[in-house]
Amino acid sequence: MTRKRKRLYIVLGGLALLGVASALVLSAFNDNIVFFYSPSDIAAKQVPDGRAIRIGGLVETGSVKRESDGVTLDFKVTDGNTALLVAYKGDVPDLFREGQGVVAEGKLEHGMFRASTVLAKHDETYMPPEVVDALKRAGHWQGEPPKQSSAAKP
Amino acid sequence: MFRFANPNRFMNWSGKLLPWCAAATAILLIVGTYLALFVAPPDYQQGEAVRIMYVHVPAAWMASFVYGVMAASSAVALIWRHPVADIAAQQSAPLGAGFTLLCLVSGSLWGEPMWGTWWVWDARLTSVLVLFFLYLGYIALVNAFDEPTRGARAGAILALVGVVNLPIIKFSVDWWNTLHQPASVFRIGAPTIAASMLWPLLIMAVGFTLFYVTLLLVRMRSALMAAKLRALRLQEFQAA
Repeated sequence: MTRKRKRLYIVLGGLALLGVASALVLSAFNDNIVFFYSPSDIAAKQVPDGRAIRIGGLVETGSVKRESDGVTLDFKVTDGNTALLVAYKGDVPDLFREGQGVVAEGKLEHGMFRASTVLAKHDETYMPPEVVDALKRAGHWQGEPPKQSSAAKP
Repeated sequence: MFRFANPNRFMNWSGKLLPWCAAATAILLIVGTYLALFVAPPDYQQGEAVRIMYVHVPAAWMASFVYGVMAASSAVALIWRHPVADIAAQQSAPLGAGFTLLCLVSGSLWGEPMWGTWWVWDARLTSVLVLFFLYLGYIALVNAFDEPTRGARAGAILALVGVVNLPIIKFSVDWWNTLHQPASVFRIGAPTIAASMLWPLLIMAVGFTLFYVTLLLVRMRSALMAAKLRALRLQEFQAA
């Protein structure tokens, strides 16, 4: 075996070991790397009241209720299976709307979520508005979320 | 392949290629910027703010691509002890750091109006920040030794270790919940971006790539000439 060949194997072997080690570490810390939990995760994990967490999902269509002061609102975040009621006071991003992705930071309070921050999460689709109109006219538009989501589980 | 990497041959062909690369870069970036700002349509959700994408996305692609080049050159330098490979890796690092910074800054400017925040510690954003620190760490390490060859060796090992971050960046949005959305172009299945927006994006991406190639060639040529100058001075000094 030439020295070059030996060095090649050392580099390849080192990279393989490193890859395995990183994969193990990342999967072990999976719970700390996720940025938010879905409403189903919250229901399954029995998160205690008062712990600071983030939840994410889609704003359930028809669930947004705004108070007359213009900054207090509540809405339901759904992942298609479970929905969670979120109460929030403050400005929401422009992209916050029904059927769109949302991530809220805050804590659970008696089965509802009191948010201190609301962020908008958009999907990976980019299109001109005319194309969306055309798709809607033709009945092929699938941007709206499924409406079968179940009611909030307190 | 190594035939073209002999330092003298490299000076020869890179000198001829350079003006073409520079001209193509200028044309593509000018055309791409015009298409991005004036021809591409606004997005149905994000409106005009989507135009940040035409800088942010190519910069993000280059951040990873340049690191890949740096790591591959480092491997060649470590295994086959090729001097030009070391120079390619070292001269790529500041360029890659620049692209990464541009990606982070443009992403932050885009995140504020769309997501409602300049920065979050989600897996995608954090792993790209780690990439930026890897570039800075590499540059610092290479220059931390009195003897350049030892610095090059240590830097090459760091560059190879850091390569594990590239798949993490790419798949962070699929493996974990993140605020950042998944890939629109390099994904399984058709791109989820309209063709009228994809074309300007790809032109910008090719422009960014040629911009990197042009700057890399200039930097490598200066590094080789500086090394030659040092050798000549040393000869003169020893003769005197």
